[in-house]
Amino acid sequence: MSTITETNPAACTTARRLETIVPRVNIHQDEEGYTLKAEMPGVGKEGVEVTVEDGKLKLIGRRKVEETPGRAVYRERSVAEYRRVFDLDPSIDSSKVSAHIEQGLLTVRLLKSEALKPRKITVS
Amino acid sequence: MSIIRYTTPKFTSWSRFDRLSSLRDLFDSAFQLTSTAPGYTEGWVPALDVFEDEEKVSVQVELPGMKKDDFEISLHDDVLTVSGERKAESEQSEGGSFRRERTFGSFSRNITLPSAVKADEVKASYQEGVLTVTLPKAEAAKPRKIQVELN
Repeated sequence: MSTITETNPAACTTARRLETIVPRVNIHQDEEGYTLKAEMPGVGKEGVEVTVEDGKLKLIGRRKVEETPGRAVYRERSVAEYRRVFDLDPSIDSSKVSAHIEQGLLTVRLLKSEALKPRKITVS
Repeated sequence: MSIIRYTTPKFTSWSRFDRLSSLRDLFDSAFQLTSTAPGYTEGWVPALDVFEDEEKVSVQVELPGMKKDDFEISLHDDVLTVSGERKAESEQSEGGSFRRERTFGSFSRNITLPSAVKADEVKASYQEGVLTVTLPKAEAAKPRKIQVELN
C-alpha cells in the first residue's frame, strides 16, 4: 500500500537535473489527510510553485536572486532551485490542496476525499 | 533488568520496496545503518556561506523552519559561533509518519572570521529560513589608501 510515493526525479527534471536540489521532506498522516513539510531555505512566498497535475504533486522553490554581500570567502550553500515530485494516492482530493511557506519551510496540506474518510456508522 | 515489549517503529510502515524506490532512499538507508532513529541524529550541520567586503563580514546560515529564540550567536575573538536547537514537532508523535528526512535537535557551528570585527556592532536577521549575521570590520582591518609622495 502506498499513499504518497516519490516519482523518479529523473522523469521530470531531465533537462535541468544537475541544477536542482532535492529538499528534505517529512510526511505525516492523520485522519483527515496528510501534511508534507519541505525544507527550502532562501525561498520566499513568490518563489514557491506547488502544482497538482495527473495525480502528481510537484514542488518547486526558487531562491531570490540577490547580490551577495561582498566576495565569497567560504561557500557551502547551493544556489540551485529546489524540486521534488510525488505521486499522489487516488484517495487525495486534488482540489483541496493548500500550501504556505514560513521561514523556508513549505507546508502542504493534502486532504482525503470525503467519501474515503473513515466514518463511524451508528447501528440502529 | 527490565523487560520491554518490542514495538515496530512507526516509520517502517512503508514497505521496504517503497523505501528503496529512489536513489536518495538507497543512499539514506546505507548511511542510516548506524543510526537507530532516522531524523534524530546527534546534531546536524546547517550549510553556511561567508562573504566579505571592505566594510563587513557576512555569514549566512540555512536554518529552515525555526524561531528567532531558537538561536544563539556569540563571538570570541575572531571565532563566531552560531548554535541552537530545532525542536521536533509534537504532531509527529501522533498519527503516522511516512517520511522523515528532516533533522531535529541541536547544532553548533564555529566560523573563523577572515578579519577583525567590531564585536559590539554585530547584527543578525532571520528571513526565509536563512540566518544572516553581519559583522562590521574593525577600523584597523579596513583597507586604507596611503598617499605616498614621490620625490
